[in-house]
Amino acid sequence: MEANTRDTGRLPTAFLTPGSSSFMDFLSEHAPEVLPGSRPLPAVEGAVQAPHGTTIVAATYSGGVVLAGDRRATMGNVIAQRDIEKVFPADEYSAVGIAGTAGLAVEMVKLFQLELEHFEKVEGSTLSLEGKANRLSTMIRSNLGMALQGLAVVPVFAGYDVDREKGRIFSYDVTGGRSEEVGFTAVGSGSVFARGSLKKLHRDDLTEEQVCTVALQALYDAADDDSATGGPDMARKIYPTLTVISDEGCRKLDEDDVSALVRTMHEGRLQQPNGPQAPLT
Amino acid sequence: MSTPFYVSPQQAMADRAEYARKGIARGRSVVVLQYTDGIVFVAENPSRSLHKISEIYDRIAFAAVGKYNEFENLRIGGVRYADLRGFTYDRADVTARGLANVYAQTLGTIFSSAAEKPYEVELIVAEVGPAPEDDQIYRLPHDGSIVDEHGSLAVGGNSDQINSYLEQRHRDDMTLAEAVKLGKESLARDNNGGEREVTADQLEVALLDRSRVQQRKFKRVLGSQLRRLLGEDESSGSSDSSSDEDSSEESSGEGSEE
Repeated sequence: MEANTRDTGRLPTAFLTPGSSSFMDFLSEHAPEVLPGSRPLPAVEGAVQAPHGTTIVAATYSGGVVLAGDRRATMGNVIAQRDIEKVFPADEYSAVGIAGTAGLAVEMVKLFQLELEHFEKVEGSTLSLEGKANRLSTMIRSNLGMALQGLAVVPVFAGYDVDREKGRIFSYDVTGGRSEEVGFTAVGSGSVFARGSLKKLHRDDLTEEQVCTVALQALYDAADDDSATGGPDMARKIYPTLTVISDEGCRKLDEDDVSALVRTMHEGRLQQPNGPQAPLT
Repeated sequence: MSTPFYVSPQQAMADRAEYARKGIARGRSVVVLQYTDGIVFVAENPSRSLHKISEIYDRIAFAAVGKYNEFENLRIGGVRYADLRGFTYDRADVTARGLANVYAQTLGTIFSSAAEKPYEVELIVAEVGPAPEDDQIYRLPHDGSIVDEHGSLAVGGNSDQINSYLEQRHRDDMTLAEAVKLGKESLARDNNGGEREVTADQLEVALLDRSRVQQRKFKRVLGSQLRRLLGEDESSGSSDSSSDEDSSEESSGEGSEE
């Protein structure tokens, strides 16, 4: 609960007890009720109706990795939100994109960001990219109870590995199973279509601009075939988000840049509705 | 069995305060200075990894002198307090004033509880605001009192001399380089009014910079950047070294004042 304590106003013993550098470990000791995974679950019939986020695309390029997300959240057959953000910076060199129950996913991201920041402040050094990916695994695992009730959260984690000097992507299943992806991946309801698109367009030697275009094409293809994924909303100027992570850190492309890329892609699609074609040989 | 002596509360407290003060006075000092873009911390610290100055939260930093394990414990407690509060409410609800109050209560309870030995620490909690007049600096001595400070201050071993040195020279509109230089010069003051040699390698410098675009305003100043600020870089132009000479003249003139 609240830190400013119940009786004396001094820091409670738990705060001054030497222990792990993990904020989640501290919470589970001192304030387990604020952890999403340790909340009691009410018995419900069928799936809970809550807004869902949908397609996230991750792809590496020569200088790092890009994470792109569409902007639609759906609740059943209703569009719950048109401009939701699904990709968040986790720290300086990594970002996480979320598919699944939006409310829980956003909370999980917030806790994950804090977990990394807390470790950094306590230890005076950052976790390795592998370490960060594993922490996220643990968090998904603690959400398994809710996932079984239909409140699943499936993130994709991407970051720049400063030791290996390259971008890396990790994908997860609802049980917290983690696997490293080579080149690209996608999660969410439109991911099958996005992955098919990425398979044809992605190469290892892409530049930053090219990889952004590839990610946008894949999202367009996902929106084309999946009703729960939103395409670029030209009328309202709501475009997918693009987050680039390189050795300079994590950076979200501003609206003007994304708008230019989206418009070029859209022009192409007006000529060729199915988008760029891979050579046959 | 020996008969317990009566010790008056005044005497007991005075003894505890003296004990804590002596512990603190053994260590090197930390100085805190406001400059145009924020607050800078300068400490004499031979260790690269055991910090006296640290980040607590977005706009809040912590500096301490005294016994390392005790202030480290308080620092981690503060990080936990801030992170928990920011998580349950909002990041904007974590304030230096709130943190300083919790520290004051903690130190105060420990100081007046006969069961515990008083902490030999003196803390500074500072928060950088959107404008210089919103900056907050709190000094927390070993007994749990809080002093709201402004401009510049020093805590630790030689703080009296350093504070009087700073008072005469500090301005609120200093640039970062001027503030760091002044911090370094002030730390070079020793007890009998003389001056020691303090180099960039012995300094730990960090700042809360309100002009930083990131949400987290805390930044350490390391290696070449620090030497550049201090004008110690050999590759730097002659203008830098001449300004360095100016300031050392100033400080030698000041020595007689003690």
